[in-house]
Amino acid sequence: MWEITTQVLTGLASASNLFLVACGLTLIFGVTRVVNFAHGSIYMLGAYAMVTFVSPMREYLGPTLGFWAAVAASVIFAAVVAALIEVVLLRRLYRSNHLFQLLATFGVVLIVQDLVILVWGADDILGPRAPGLTGFVSLGEHRFPAYSIFMIAVGPVVFLALWLILHRTRWGTLIRAASQDKEMVGLLGARDKLLMTSVLALGGALAGLAGALQIPMQPANAFMDVSIITEAFVITVIGGMGSMTGAFLAAILVGLIQALGIQLFPKSTLVLVFLVMAIVLVIRPWGLLGRPEVEAGGAMGEPPERILSPNTTRFALAALAIFLLLAPQFMSEYHVGLLIEVLLMSLFAFSLNFILGNGGLVSFGHAAYFGLGAYGAALAVYHWRWPMEAALVLGPLVAAAGALVFGWFVLRLAGVYAAMLTLAIAQILWSLAFQWNEFSGGDNGVNGIWPSAWAQSRVVFYYVVLLLSVAAIGALWRATKAPLGYTLRAGRDSPRRCEAIGINLLTHRWAGFVLAGAAAGLSGALFAFSKGTVDTHVLSVHMTVDSLVMVLIGGVNAITGPLMGGTIYPLLKAYIMPLTDAWRMFLGAVILLTVLLFPQGLAGFLSKFSRRFNSSTEPTSVSLRVASERGQ
Amino acid sequence: MKPMLSVSELNAWYGQAQVLFGIDLEVQQGEIVVLLGRNGVGKTTTLKSVVNLLAKATGRIEFQGRSIRDLAPSSIARLGLGYVPEDRRIFTDLTVMENLEVGRQAPRANTPHWTVDRLFDLFPNLARMRDRSGGHMSGGEQQMLSIARTLMGNPSTVLLDEPSEGLAPVIVQQMVEVLKELKRQGLTVLLSEQNLSFAKAISDRAYVIEKGQIRFAGALTELLENEEIRRAYLAV
Repeated sequence: MWEITTQVLTGLASASNLFLVACGLTLIFGVTRVVNFAHGSIYMLGAYAMVTFVSPMREYLGPTLGFWAAVAASVIFAAVVAALIEVVLLRRLYRSNHLFQLLATFGVVLIVQDLVILVWGADDILGPRAPGLTGFVSLGEHRFPAYSIFMIAVGPVVFLALWLILHRTRWGTLIRAASQDKEMVGLLGARDKLLMTSVLALGGALAGLAGALQIPMQPANAFMDVSIITEAFVITVIGGMGSMTGAFLAAILVGLIQALGIQLFPKSTLVLVFLVMAIVLVIRPWGLLGRPEVEAGGAMGEPPERILSPNTTRFALAALAIFLLLAPQFMSEYHVGLLIEVLLMSLFAFSLNFILGNGGLVSFGHAAYFGLGAYGAALAVYHWRWPMEAALVLGPLVAAAGALVFGWFVLRLAGVYAAMLTLAIAQILWSLAFQWNEFSGGDNGVNGIWPSAWAQSRVVFYYVVLLLSVAAIGALWRATKAPLGYTLRAGRDSPRRCEAIGINLLTHRWAGFVLAGAAAGLSGALFAFSKGTVDTHVLSVHMTVDSLVMVLIGGVNAITGPLMGGTIYPLLKAYIMPLTDAWRMFLGAVILLTVLLFPQGLAGFLSKFSRRFNSSTEPTSVSLRVASERGQ
Repeated sequence: MKPMLSVSELNAWYGQAQVLFGIDLEVQQGEIVVLLGRNGVGKTTTLKSVVNLLAKATGRIEFQGRSIRDLAPSSIARLGLGYVPEDRRIFTDLTVMENLEVGRQAPRANTPHWTVDRLFDLFPNLARMRDRSGGHMSGGEQQMLSIARTLMGNPSTVLLDEPSEGLAPVIVQQMVEVLKELKRQGLTVLLSEQNLSFAKAISDRAYVIEKGQIRFAGALTELLENEEIRRAYLAV
């Protein structure tokens, strides 16, 4: 009996902390319609600010006053940073597509991670315990920390305070009005820009408070941002994006599931949380208390015009084919390895863009299918001694099966909810791989995944990769020109009209999703054999971001965009990463610059560039040709 | 006398399609001017362009002698130019009182100063539903609330987009009384309408728009006498 009580109380304590983070996130989403990844970074900065401020403040103000003063200082610090991010970045993204927003705010996450390591080092930093709350409360033979009792109270108190702000002040009334119709609030003369900034500051303050209050229980570390933001996303999705009360209920639900589920599934409570989220979304696609999204994200923009004439294209393709076929004859083994990476990443990016640019489906978890393919192949070799040939078949099949199951859930949702669910799915798989030591090798992954004897040489393996990846890219390319591809594009441009003329869009999207998943799985399986090892990185959010960055650099709307991105990105990584300790900061900056300055990617940029230079040629015939090709 | 609001050479586009072609119009202080025309001729687009809601528009727009072409909608509102959108855009989660609160701005010199109580005198229906949420009101009530909400900003000039649209005749009659009262208070009004008899009851001057161009400008009495214009551009 006391056992259960203790578990419930533990769950409620963690629910409080989760609520503090999630309510800021949901508030910010409500008003700005931006899903803010950087919210987790603010939480982390709150924690680091706390461990930094608390020592000097305790010295000057004594242990009790100093502790609480440090909490207040951390809250203010977090609010200021969040407001700065709004003014510098978010403000420019309000009209962008959800995916660009997610990616850009993830760029901030990367930059902050490196900054934190630069400033505070990579080691965990322990803070002091809260004065007066260091003792325990006895519950039967169990002892429960007094600080956790305090934490249990924090959630409802903050909830009540927020409710009063939102319903009893002019500021709160404006926030609620703006959540519904931001533009109208501006038309009535309220200072809408300032309102946005203030909401970010409020959300940041809450995240900072959560981070600071976490310090007496857990040390500050440079990874707390991504883990908390995933949980906060899950909570806001369960509760309904933009709903404060929903976030409160969902936080309690998730906190309790985690605390009680640890006895049922000690390995992965996240799996249980995911199941609850999936059930909630099947019953209520907009979360417990959310409302359907009216607007369908921002535009991805117009597809760029074709740059090369058909003849030039044929010539370029032939040159490329000759280069790829002969490359191992004049390249070092290292460079052949690099070329393998380029091929695999091109396939990975191409498979993502098949559903993203071509199908208009928002995916923020493509690593799931890459990772399923990689683990599928690697585990078959590791556990059952399968040969490479069989494992290369199994990998894509596992990924396709994953896409089949997850697609069923994801494709029923739209916009931001779909993006959140794809992210959650990838995170669940990641945590499974991370925690299921006996099967997946946990953090160390599985080693010794080498090609069969005949393909051991780098050059031979290169040709295997060349054959399979070109075949897969070719198949997907063909599919974009087939009825399936047309249907996906039609569904992207006007889902309602599609349904009206009798197309079963869901089935087509499902097929596209599975196809893309299989292709990503093939790229993952080949990746496993090229490295000889697989670890949790292949399922991580970083892998997802890699795939999105490649598509983004190349250009979302161009069919060749992901291939350009898939070529440039691994090369950038190979040549720049060794030069710097701050690769993540560099990557974050690349993401921000691309989103803000070249949202159409390299393909869009080149097309604009060539149009400027070729203005003497007949632009009408070019655009007509493009139009007829697109519309045939 | 310098006009309160003047628009000249206004062109506007939705994407690639141009919808306004060189619109010129003026509203003097204290006047009620009506933009008449059938559905889809550019009345709403003209009003939206004035408060800078359109992504692509060119031309000169001056309010009280000052160019407002590059100001944000909120800054335009703060100069005293209020806007009541066609679709009312009531905050449905908020109560009547809260909707009014969102519109509240500090009083300014030389314009009527509206308080909640004065607005409830003008719109007695609203007074009976202070705490009702905007989502639970009829179309006519929402229209009244939308106007009252804009008046809370104490504007000197109001743009009204089709205030009589979709309203029952008895409510339209109330709307006429409200507009007459606003004129008595010295407010300047530019409204768009399809309903000629409604326009006749309140307006001083009229502009007739067809396919994004002004086809007639003059006193309303003149328009009523001009059978040809009325048949060409207004009759359904």
